[in-house]
Amino acid sequence: MKAIIGKKVGMTQIFDEEGRAIPVTIVQAGPCYVTQIRTPERDGYWAVQLGFEEVASKRIPAGLRGHFQKAGVPPLRFLREFRVDGDPGLQVGDTITVANFQEGDRVDVTGWSKGRGFAGAIKRHGFSRQPKTHGQTDRHRAPGARGAATDPGRTWKGQRGPGRMGNERVTIIGLTVVKVDPERNLLAIKGAVPGPNGGLVLIRESYKNKTNG
Amino acid sequence: MNKAELLKAFEAPPNPNVPQDLRPGDIVSVYFRVKEGDRERVQEFRGTVIRVRGEGNNATFTVRRIASHGVGVERTFPVRSPRIEKVVRHQQSKVRRARLYYLRERIGKHARLKRRMPKQSE
Repeated sequence: MKAIIGKKVGMTQIFDEEGRAIPVTIVQAGPCYVTQIRTPERDGYWAVQLGFEEVASKRIPAGLRGHFQKAGVPPLRFLREFRVDGDPGLQVGDTITVANFQEGDRVDVTGWSKGRGFAGAIKRHGFSRQPKTHGQTDRHRAPGARGAATDPGRTWKGQRGPGRMGNERVTIIGLTVVKVDPERNLLAIKGAVPGPNGGLVLIRESYKNKTNG
Repeated sequence: MNKAELLKAFEAPPNPNVPQDLRPGDIVSVYFRVKEGDRERVQEFRGTVIRVRGEGNNATFTVRRIASHGVGVERTFPVRSPRIEKVVRHQQSKVRRARLYYLRERIGKHARLKRRMPKQSE
């Protein structure tokens, strides 16, 4: 199982051998520690619990201190679980660094998207704007009709409209690892990654890599 | 380490054949490697630098030249691009803006720039 927790640093571009500029997101990831293995016998499913970012012992709840002690790892700020199909072949206390990844690896990256607050239908669902002229006032960005008339006499469930947008878990599938810097615990991933700079991201081997792609 | 330092980790080294003090108003020849089919050759693009922007890997500069029939051609190059063979500076000019877009409206003698002699220290 290949998975790691990191923080988004920001975007830049790097040049490949051909001299092409590749847009990349830099992620500072790991070192992560395996803090627990979930097994079907005990927990009903297979998963690996990883911890990231060392933190002073006094900063974590006392109840968690024992958890880290048992795993033989320093206190960590973030704990996240990664579901796996079978025995992950890892031991509690194992360390995972960016060195576990290679250039060219395909990965899925999960983050929490930037919150956009109460957004209109145009931004939130890609609705079209209404005419700016021809006597239009105040309805340029209005969503338009919400449905039919007396029949059915109500708005369908699931009708798209304005509302809270962003600040949700988003996974981008099939991104490519372009560069790995084990010294500084950095990964350069081609393309954009969800969330603000400094936001937590979960990186794992792409599920598309499994058999029959 | 802060964000800027981390981003620098993947930065390309500066090309020693590109002057680090490239400025708007410089008249330069850019020798750029182009791919034609499976052959590679170096192409010269000579003109006036009208814009220098960005930093690190994201820095670019724009060169404007007058091609045949008086058609203005502008080309933007990434400063750190490995495809730049070298940049030769022919002249530095006295300019009072960072972006020389006004040259686009000028033709012929009106589009000249006053030569600036670099100080010895430069």
